[in-house]
Amino acid sequence: MEIKDFDSSDPAAWCPGCGNFGIQAALKSALAKLGKKPNELLLVSGIGQAAKMPHYINAGFFNGLHGRALPAAAGAKIANRELTVIVTTGDGDCYGEGGNHFIHNIRRNVDLTVIVHDNQIYGLTKGQASPTSEPGMKTKIQPGGVILAPFPPLETALALGCGFVARGYAAEREHLAELILAGIDHKGFSLIDVLQPCVSFNKLNTYDWYSKRIYKAGAAHDVSDKAAAMALAAEREKLPIGVLYRKPKPSYGELSGLDEMKPLAALAIENVDITPVLADFR
Amino acid sequence: MSEELNIRITGEAGQGIVSAGMMLCRMYKNSGRHVFAIQDYMSRIRGGNNFFQVRASVRPVYAPREKADIIIALDREAVEANRSALAPGGLLLLDAEKFGVKKLQEGWADAPVYALAQEAGGAVYANAVAVGLTAALTGEEFESASKAVEREFSGKGSEVAANNRKAARKGYDHAAEKLKGRPFRLPGAPHERNILIAGNEALALGAISAGCGFYTAYPMSPSTGIMNTVADYAVKYGIIVEQAEDEIAAVNMAVGASFAGARAMTASSGGGFALMCEGLSLAAMTETPLVIAVVMRPGPATGFPTRTAQEDLEFVLHAGHGEFARVVYAPGSPEECFLSAKRAFNTAERFQLPVLILSDQYLAESFTNIGALDVPAEPPARGRVVKQAVDPEPLRYAYSPDGVSPRILPGLSAAAARADSDAHGPEGHITESAEIRAKMTQKRLHLKLAGLAKEILPPTVVNPGAKTMLCGFGSTLGVMKEACAAARDTGFVHYSQVWPFPVEASVAALKSSKRFLTVENNASGQLARLMRRETGLAPAGSVLKYDGRPFTLDEVAAAL
Repeated sequence: MEIKDFDSSDPAAWCPGCGNFGIQAALKSALAKLGKKPNELLLVSGIGQAAKMPHYINAGFFNGLHGRALPAAAGAKIANRELTVIVTTGDGDCYGEGGNHFIHNIRRNVDLTVIVHDNQIYGLTKGQASPTSEPGMKTKIQPGGVILAPFPPLETALALGCGFVARGYAAEREHLAELILAGIDHKGFSLIDVLQPCVSFNKLNTYDWYSKRIYKAGAAHDVSDKAAAMALAAEREKLPIGVLYRKPKPSYGELSGLDEMKPLAALAIENVDITPVLADFR
Repeated sequence: MSEELNIRITGEAGQGIVSAGMMLCRMYKNSGRHVFAIQDYMSRIRGGNNFFQVRASVRPVYAPREKADIIIALDREAVEANRSALAPGGLLLLDAEKFGVKKLQEGWADAPVYALAQEAGGAVYANAVAVGLTAALTGEEFESASKAVEREFSGKGSEVAANNRKAARKGYDHAAEKLKGRPFRLPGAPHERNILIAGNEALALGAISAGCGFYTAYPMSPSTGIMNTVADYAVKYGIIVEQAEDEIAAVNMAVGASFAGARAMTASSGGGFALMCEGLSLAAMTETPLVIAVVMRPGPATGFPTRTAQEDLEFVLHAGHGEFARVVYAPGSPEECFLSAKRAFNTAERFQLPVLILSDQYLAESFTNIGALDVPAEPPARGRVVKQAVDPEPLRYAYSPDGVSPRILPGLSAAAARADSDAHGPEGHITESAEIRAKMTQKRLHLKLAGLAKEILPPTVVNPGAKTMLCGFGSTLGVMKEACAAARDTGFVHYSQVWPFPVEASVAALKSSKRFLTVENNASGQLARLMRRETGLAPAGSVLKYDGRPFTLDEVAAAL
């Protein structure tokens, strides 16, 4: 497959210079390398600027409700385990509105690759604080600055036992493409939190701000060392990108028996005989 | 000698009241009686006062009675809480020594239940003693009680089963020797209605039989019984049952699974369904088939968790923001629960929309004996699914005269499947077009409703033209059926589908009657309002009950 095979007919409605373009390029590049056809892929999103992504990639998609990308994606993957399911969501969608699903889908460990466009701001609703906004950041709703402590997605995922925890940066496209491919390769819930500048509303976390802080967690980092991963995730002055933690663990498909079953979407609906069961009701 | 007997076994939660009730049901069923049993219980795991009331009859029965001919109290509180339910000439059995009751009132009798249970192995066997007592009092052979005990405890080890049988024997012998009972007037004869089942169980079996592959829900009384039954048979039928983190997850998982091609279902009660409303709207907007069972209990808010109501009719008719077509079935018996579940999956897939099944605690958890469950139903149908490659590529939301577009399944269709909760064009991408928005609304609302109107389940109509007609939906079927059979010049209309509403059939059924009344387990007469709005017919009144308890036959008969 080539990158152009994933070009969508739908023109993107993002602001010029938006970090989403970098993520889009990285995702297309990863999909071209993956080699699956558009109808074998399913991009699932909720609502937000990030959640428009599926429209701008030529692939199957389900653009659902705000905050509910993860349950819809889990349901689809459970129904047809042959699908490659990628969730494109944002910090508001995934960590705010859908926070409960974030927690429990890490526990559920369905084989999903979850790309969170983390721009630390609400873009679609025009510039309010997000769960990951820095304390002190001023917005129209928070004129005195954000007073809530930021939600730590990577540390939360690690604490919950997520088997694949990574951070990318929207401007590091090839690096991000590699992370996405590694996430798809990991069987189970893979979290890729992607730092992403919002050129319209986030005047604090700009390209310049990020470029001074971001560095690649190099080969010296042992990705199977959870304590080391936790230490990297907890850094605030400098921001490491790369795979922070990777450890195979049994996925939902293995634990539920789903992987050994006939795909649910292929289950026969004709001639399901319940007479043997009726004996239990006599 | 009686043609029917009502037996109430009562005590605190944890005393095996349900277990005793089930043994009685099976005993009477197997000796050729017909049974109908209700569960009345508090929202607690231990203590309080619960009862299980079995109506056993020589004829088919479909509703509970107000009074009990035999009440067996397993603790002191149960005596006080249930004495007023004793029928004239009835017998209330209590353990006078154990409960410290000095003076027996008229109709009360002492039975040393706990001493007998101790002899059988411990106080835990008191419920089996009660079964034995009841068997002897109502003229059943001991063998019949023994088989029911065996069936109830077959999975619990031979010692438990043996002790329970011993306890039942002691109760039986005691009653035969010391107490005067009231046996049936007619001998029991084997009949075909051999399946003992509750509404929730029948609904679950209907879903299984329909090929449901994915069931997800958050536990909520009184809907959890459906999930329990599906889970019991999940391995056998290759079904995945997933307990969701909340009802929002449940409905969105179900929509996702259905989008990907599995027959998927969720269920809840009013409060949990309230959380699902946005997901309901999502199913409508994305035109994804979805089946939701709403098993009602009284609200508002947490309400009356283990009690019954029919107060969410208007809620399910209007739930979800925006305008879209939906279907609402309202089964009134275990057979209808089975059939409506089966039908719901077909309708949801053929019309690509959400289908709701409206049940309630009373229907969900009442047991009755029935005959065949899998009666002839419409053949399974998936509707317009396009899997093969077609040129040009089919558009998921293409306009069509019947409002149904080609359904494309991700991974299983040659085309890529695209679904969007935003206003979208025929290809599935977000649109801002006024024209497209209006056309898509027509498709989701008017065109689909027009198709659905052609296959509305007609109401059950009995005695059309009678002077008085009763009208009800869902669980009032049984009580209307019996009340009408006993009353003069009375008929009834039972709706097992309330949306789209069967307007023409209603008018035809009611036009030649002097008056009609609705019978509803709610405070405001929601069916009456719906009928007035849809048919222009005005009921003369409504028989309403909203104390959390189901109608008894006596109450509806008295209202006529």
